Amino acid sequence: MKAWGTVMAENEPQKTIVIIPAHNEGDHIPAIVHQIKVNYPSIDMVVIDDGSSDDTKAKALLAGASVISNPFSLGYGGALQTGYKFAVKNGYHFLVQLDGDGQHDPACINDLIEPVRRGVTDITIGSRFLASQTKGIDQPAYRAPIVRMIGMKIFGAIATFLIKQKVTDPTSGYQSMNSRVFHLLSGDTFPIDYPDADVIIMLHRAGFRIKEVPVRMFPSPDDKSMHSGLKPLYYIFKMFLSILVTLLRK
Amino acid sequence: MSLRIKIVTFVICIAMLLLIVDLVRRRKLREEYSQLWFATWLGILILMVWFDLLKWVSHLIGAVSTVSTLFLFAFMFLILISLHFSVVISKLTDKIKDLSQQHALLQNELEDIKRVQSNI
Repeated sequence: MKAWGTVMAENEPQKTIVIIPAHNEGDHIPAIVHQIKVNYPSIDMVVIDDGSSDDTKAKALLAGASVISNPFSLGYGGALQTGYKFAVKNGYHFLVQLDGDGQHDPACINDLIEPVRRGVTDITIGSRFLASQTKGIDQPAYRAPIVRMIGMKIFGAIATFLIKQKVTDPTSGYQSMNSRVFHLLSGDTFPIDYPDADVIIMLHRAGFRIKEVPVRMFPSPDDKSMHSGLKPLYYIFKMFLSILVTLLRK
Repeated sequence: MSLRIKIVTFVICIAMLLLIVDLVRRRKLREEYSQLWFATWLGILILMVWFDLLKWVSHLIGAVSTVSTLFLFAFMFLILISLHFSVVISKLTDKIKDLSQQHALLQNELEDIKRVQSNI
């Protein structure tokens, strides 16, 4: 005879949450929230308002999302981690993350979450480059500053070499993961500025299975990408250092 | 080394040590962060008072004058202090991040409770 706890655990529904980090995305948030609510009514959703100075929070609430507001901007990684901590605290089993700027097409949520739910992999990463090679996904041409493109190629190649598996889009923030992964990422090891190829390498070294999935991504509407201005240079420096120390850590 | 520079360095060292003690006394500086400052000025004071040691160290590192040895040590300590501060700032940044996230999660929980209560 099984203990009560075991029976409860087996019957417990597998809860999924979508986290949407957003910094001053009042113009784009309502459409994203609406699309997710209509297409995925059984999935919970939380918008992480990362210290926005506009009406992101009000619009997200009005659209029907739950909102967590960081008191000030903690950066993209910091906002994501608030979402991971929320998911841990509320006992979610699976998590999908997509950006609040409208770059990530919510229609691909199912493609991302299914392999994780089926237990085929621990984390899926949405790739815009894989999509252009896949029939049935119409991928808009991707344009990015030259430094970023070079960075993506270099770090994609390094990640591919280190994890012995093709990584076409290491900068993609459109991901899905199981609870073991977001438990780890809610700790000290998660970089709060640009989580990128270094996180992929860290997760691989921690023994997680990673899978890239083709997704549709739109160009960033306002072009206020975190890879603009002088930041790409810092990004390249930070990523080299971060990958190096990730390899040195146990 | 001239007597004048010895006196000037000695006065500066004593004044700085007194200032650090006073800052700790008035709780403007935590004991934890005062140790490197004490080490810096005590180190310079010892080298200054114990002149043979300064000469020996100068010879050891190949410095032409004993004054440049003092400067080298002062500069080295200042760099160490800056590095120490960078470590402290990194630690504080992490703590502030954790606190802010905790604050955001609690606020969300509080707003949910208020919403439920207002619906009852």
